[in-house]
Amino acid sequence: MKKLITLLMIAVAGVAFKPADSGYKVGDTATDFKLKNVNGKTVSLADYKAAKGYIVVFTCNHCPYAKAYESRIMALDEEYAPKGYPVIAISPNDPVAEPTDSFENMQKLAKQKGYTFPYLIDETQDITRAYGAKATPHVYVLQKTPAGNVVKYIGAIDNDTENANPAKVKYVENAVNALLIGKQPEISSTKAIGCGIKWKKNA
Amino acid sequence: MFAKRIILPVLALICYSVAGVAQVKKISLPQLQKRISNRDTVYVVNFWATWCKPCVAELPNFEKLQATYKSKPLKVLLVSMDFESKYPAVKAFAAKHQFKSEVLLVTRKSDQELIDGIDKEWSGALPGTLIVNAKKGIRKFEEREFTYEELNKLYQTNK
Repeated sequence: MKKLITLLMIAVAGVAFKPADSGYKVGDTATDFKLKNVNGKTVSLADYKAAKGYIVVFTCNHCPYAKAYESRIMALDEEYAPKGYPVIAISPNDPVAEPTDSFENMQKLAKQKGYTFPYLIDETQDITRAYGAKATPHVYVLQKTPAGNVVKYIGAIDNDTENANPAKVKYVENAVNALLIGKQPEISSTKAIGCGIKWKKNA
Repeated sequence: MFAKRIILPVLALICYSVAGVAQVKKISLPQLQKRISNRDTVYVVNFWATWCKPCVAELPNFEKLQATYKSKPLKVLLVSMDFESKYPAVKAFAAKHQFKSEVLLVTRKSDQELIDGIDKEWSGALPGTLIVNAKKGIRKFEEREFTYEELNKLYQTNK
């Protein structure tokens, strides 16, 4: 009996603490969430009744690559929120591991830069794990359908982190533009160098 | 503006003179692949960047590994993922830290091509470490940070 209980405990622990190396693939239905915004209120995807979809961006304060993309993330919201694809920014990092990413610092940055989109903290890191975000910045473009929010694009904002190439390929813009005219994104998955997520210790 | 014009070149000059014999070579992905396919050596290839705090924090562990097994067929390569335009900064950084391991700056057409070329499972998050033992057909990529003990274990189990 004791053996059985031990085995069971190991099994449960195995499930509960399984490392998040899976996450969503294009075509999966993404879970909604209820996360705390920098204004103190909680935000869910379902709050956006009129949205056609969402540009979910895992980003943060500290990462130089997230900083490099900050103005482009702001521009995405400016361009696509009126068209039905608002930006929802989520900071995935554990503030203990990276104090620059504390809720207070997130509030300061959002205020200072005048973010027009929510900047949410994933305190349990459950949403980050569920989505399978590995780095910042990391984008998930979701399309609202009767069956739920379907993942249509995963990856980088564009192929030019340094913002030096005028001929850059704007992956997220292209994906959303395609969805807006009833098409599928031509490129649905990309990779880019980013800052690893700061996971909670012993999580 | 005027002060900036003066200060920047002077700073650059100081960096360069400190850098002195900074040995950071540029390497392309095919060159890197060829290099680590050498069957006589075990390669521990760390992907880092000057701007990546956890990367910089773990670099001494890689240095220690190389120093510990100096007489073994182990080669630690510290491959910078900084932009090519940051080559001078990477050289200055390497000189400042006086790395004993070989430091390289990888040139690439796109991040994606490089990331997939190193390992399909790599998301692109830094730091990441590749261990290659061509003689035994081992090639493993780990997308995480390493303590020295973990690194030593990685080497011991794959050498």
